[in-house]
Amino acid sequence: MGSGALAIVGVSILTFAFLHVVPGDPIDHLAGGEATPETRAKLEACLGLDRTIPRQVVGFFGHIADGTLGHQCPDPEAKPTVAARIFAVLPHTLALALAGMILAALVALPLGVLAAVKRNTWVDTAITVGTLAGIAVPMMVLASLLVLVFSAELAWLPGPTELGFAALILPAVAVGAHLTAMLARMTRGAMLDVLGEDYVRTARAKGVPEWRVLFVHALRNALLPVITVAGLQFGSLLSGAIIVEKVFARPGVGTTLLDAIAERDYPVVQGTVLVIAVTYVLVNIAVDVAYGLVDPRIRVA
Amino acid sequence: MRPAAKFGAAMFVAFVVLGVVGPWIAPYDPTHVELAQRFAPASWAHWLGTDSYGVDTLSQLLWGARSALEISCSVVAISAVIGLGLGTLAGWFGGWIDELVMRAVDVLMAFPGILLNIAIVATVRRPGLGVVIAALCANGWVSYARVARGQVLGLRERDYITAAVALGASNRRIMFHHLVPNLLGPVFVQMTLGFGAVISIEASLSFLGLGAQVDYTWGAMLAQGTAFLWKAGFAHYVIYPGAAIAWVMFAVNLFGDGLADRLDPRARARL
Repeated sequence: MGSGALAIVGVSILTFAFLHVVPGDPIDHLAGGEATPETRAKLEACLGLDRTIPRQVVGFFGHIADGTLGHQCPDPEAKPTVAARIFAVLPHTLALALAGMILAALVALPLGVLAAVKRNTWVDTAITVGTLAGIAVPMMVLASLLVLVFSAELAWLPGPTELGFAALILPAVAVGAHLTAMLARMTRGAMLDVLGEDYVRTARAKGVPEWRVLFVHALRNALLPVITVAGLQFGSLLSGAIIVEKVFARPGVGTTLLDAIAERDYPVVQGTVLVIAVTYVLVNIAVDVAYGLVDPRIRVA
Repeated sequence: MRPAAKFGAAMFVAFVVLGVVGPWIAPYDPTHVELAQRFAPASWAHWLGTDSYGVDTLSQLLWGARSALEISCSVVAISAVIGLGLGTLAGWFGGWIDELVMRAVDVLMAFPGILLNIAIVATVRRPGLGVVIAALCANGWVSYARVARGQVLGLRERDYITAAVALGASNRRIMFHHLVPNLLGPVFVQMTLGFGAVISIEASLSFLGLGAQVDYTWGAMLAQGTAFLWKAGFAHYVIYPGAAIAWVMFAVNLFGDGLADRLDPRARARL
């Protein structure tokens, strides 16, 4: 928990520092080469760059504290605050990441159990090769091919720029494929460990049906390491969402970040990075706590 | 080594060879624009066809292999040296050095996936190869530091280290002669997997338009390819660079797993 709080402070400091490690003048980037001195002065004041560094730090953390995360320059009055812009699209990204996670769990657990039960048969080999492919194929390629096959060719599912539940399926598959492969491999390994345990043999000996042995006695114990990895990988789903949102032209934190980078809108870039990183840290803390609840042997310090 | 690992190693060697000789055997210059040849299908003149500028696709792939090799070699080498150094120092000295290194690790790991890389590259207007390499190293060293530190914590309790301390060996001597040689194995596994990670991150950055603006990269080819996705018969603009990246990822995963399996029992036998 303490290291989580420290990580959030560290992330904030690094995010603040970005604007100051820019080679050259950020105002030049923002205003272009031939900006008038008035425009430059206005931009500088808006970004707070006319103040001393300590006062900028205070301003930066002030914007975090008051929940605005700063203003969009050059005309802060006309546009919503950075926080408003980000939180308007954050639910889309969280829904995408969550859908990817659920999909990964639904597909990976049965596959992993099946591979473990049928170990060293062609079923196991096929699942192993499939999971390797899931790790090897880059997310943007998978996303593009999914659009091509299921949206452009077959027209089964809605494609880019659309929203709604059906439109969430393809992006969720793209975001979750890597995690699915990882979880399936982990489940297989954990199941193989557990299936050799005495209590599994005892359960079988006393005549418990095989499906009960597998899914109640074995899988429950094999799940713990899998849950940890799934939780820790939530961050990779968030950053994967950046890529998938681009392919599917979905609104979200990722597209907001990329737009802000293209527009050189530094407060929005800083705000987006901060929100994604803090979300990630909070999820990790939640996973730690949940892990302790699931397994009483582990207590969060 | 298992057959799968050997297969992965062979695939990896093929990538390295093509990355080294690629630009010499490429039939065209990847900057050679021939607008009359736009979207040419596969032919004897252009084995894999041409792109929207009439640039030969095969040549782009081969030059892309060179870029991928340059970036991944640099990032893996620099990250491994930094991570190995900091991890060994942290594990051996403990105390405030350990605190400092591990807190830095915590903070860098608080950025999920490629977010930190995006943030760094985004601050530069037209990033070159050097900027991308620096951005990838900024958090690339973390995994090596964790592996090295973990190994050192295990090694420092061993008798031969105690003996070296008792004999009055200097910290430097213990670290360079007794610790580092014994943790190279796990670090090497990490380096193998690192190649795949770097190539996939670099491709993602290029795909997002944030990659090195210098040469031909697989990620940039992908970004261009996805623009034609809606036209029938244009899928190969995504499939060729995608297959190239998948090739390397497949290779390092097979090879890395095999290496880890092979190193592990020996490590156990030594204990």
